[in-house]
Amino acid sequence: MNGTIARLVVGRLAVGVITLLIVSLVVFLLTSLLPGDAVQEMLGQEATPEAVAALRAQLGLDQPVYLRYLHWLGGLLSGSPGVSMVNGMPVDQLIASRLPNTLSLAAITALVSVPVALTIGIVSAMYRGSKFDRYSNMLTVFAVSVPEFLIATIAVLIFAVKLGWLSALSRSVEVHSFGELVRVYAMPVLTLCCVLIAQMARMTRAAVIDQLSSPYVEMAVLKGARPIRVVLRHALPNAIGPIANAVALSLSYLLGGVVIVESIFNYPGIATLIVNGVITRDMPLVQACVMLFCLGFLMLVLLADLCAILSNPRLRK
Amino acid sequence: MKPNPVSTQSPAALPAGDATVAPALPRRRLPRLSGAGLVGLLLVLFWAVVAVAGPWLAPHDPNALVSDDFFGPLSLEYPLGSDYLGRDILSRLLQGAPYTIGVALLATVLACVAGVVLALVAAASGGWLDALISRTQDALIAIPNKIFALLMVASFGSSVPLLLLMAAFAYMPGSFRIARAVAVNLMTMDFVQVARTRGEGMAYIIFIEVLPNMLRPVLTDFGLRFVYVVLLLSAMSFLGLGIQPPDADWGSLVRENIQGLGEGAPAVLAPALAIASLTMGVNLLIDSFGGRTQHGTEK
Repeated sequence: MNGTIARLVVGRLAVGVITLLIVSLVVFLLTSLLPGDAVQEMLGQEATPEAVAALRAQLGLDQPVYLRYLHWLGGLLSGSPGVSMVNGMPVDQLIASRLPNTLSLAAITALVSVPVALTIGIVSAMYRGSKFDRYSNMLTVFAVSVPEFLIATIAVLIFAVKLGWLSALSRSVEVHSFGELVRVYAMPVLTLCCVLIAQMARMTRAAVIDQLSSPYVEMAVLKGARPIRVVLRHALPNAIGPIANAVALSLSYLLGGVVIVESIFNYPGIATLIVNGVITRDMPLVQACVMLFCLGFLMLVLLADLCAILSNPRLRK
Repeated sequence: MKPNPVSTQSPAALPAGDATVAPALPRRRLPRLSGAGLVGLLLVLFWAVVAVAGPWLAPHDPNALVSDDFFGPLSLEYPLGSDYLGRDILSRLLQGAPYTIGVALLATVLACVAGVVLALVAAASGGWLDALISRTQDALIAIPNKIFALLMVASFGSSVPLLLLMAAFAYMPGSFRIARAVAVNLMTMDFVQVARTRGEGMAYIIFIEVLPNMLRPVLTDFGLRFVYVVLLLSAMSFLGLGIQPPDADWGSLVRENIQGLGEGAPAVLAPALAIASLTMGVNLLIDSFGGRTQHGTEK
């Protein structure tokens, strides 16, 4: 660690924090452009104007917008982002009860997909233009262009309906044995992995090919190093930065992918929470969840940037 | 799927002087399509025709309960089977095509036009205006698209105009980012410097010198973005937050017939496969033009 790297890292962190502030402003403004709606909806059509006004005052909706924004932001930062408008539960409790489920789903997906994707990406870069490369290329284009719900429905059709191995809904998340773990997670993870592996493999392939076409690799080939050694010993160490970058960026796909997958399999995670929040127009819940997703996204992008910075040997001296 | 050698130039390496230097050179041949590219082109043309003529081609009234059979199989009278109420799936698919294809196309056009215009303004002016526009777009890109879509629907309810604006807004920053990179690159090229020294105005430089040379990367990006918009809007409809009944796009068709999945009903598979064939077609077409073939993250 030296001055240059530290400066770059601190700079990145600062940009991340500022971006998050701008995002919070956008999110807040978008959700409070129609302030009357929520209260009217809670009380129904027959509510007297007095009752509406009283509830607005109780929710703090009679204050000017910038005060409400600051209040909301302060709440977010201190970990109390408000109370659900639908069932009166504190939003942080709702999120805390669901977050571990989503995180474990994401973690298992990452654990499965990263090794597979790296293998596919590196092998197809090594044997560029070969049959394996062309077929994997075709498959990955297919996987990134079909909707997640098609993959999920096909998976259900095969594994739950035809073969009867797995249940279509992952209702119970109390996992006691490895078998149960597989039964609960297999299909959501499989669906998420399809797209994730495809994206990651394509980016990995591009990163490795980029290295393989550089002069020092040509040199290694010319001096007679075997192909496997050229890739593992010469090219790969230099490609680690771009690959780590690709992995972090691909993982950000999970933030959108879980929305569909959790809904299909009725998985009790953050994404089903936010979808239900949208359906019932539970604004405090939606706002907090959106900020959580944006935070996750920014952290992954930050991680990708840091990988790129830290793996650049020119910055290390 | 090898890209055609004629079309593999990177945007920066495009013969940028077409407009000013070389009117006498023979026109570049149209890139020949590979087999996969031809399949892509045919799929795209097919769906383009369906999107325009679809509603008139429907053999039955898409909202009428014509069949006694729920989740009926493929048959002569109902070529793609019947849905959970006994409606004809082919007719409903044709009826939904303008929603899925038309709305997505319009949203993509909006996103790309807005992105490119902003990019040109940013690249041409430079300085604080460039910084301001770029930073704002960078912040917008930090909201994942699906989450942004959910946020918009939660705030404003779901309607066709909202979905259109939402998708356009969600994909504008990505379009901006690519267009700006290309435009900034072009701005430093010799032929632009020459035009500047010649005393040409900003409008001339942007429209005559820069814009024509941005066409190829921008069009490739347009295709990819269209795919993402189709997937986003279908996903929203699948969640029940997109096109609202009685109208239905293909995502809604999958949603309303999901019950038939257990029997492998064509009612649920047909619309899902329609979406997949549309997006695949566009992707194959783009790939064969040898544009930006790296399908990275969505932004």
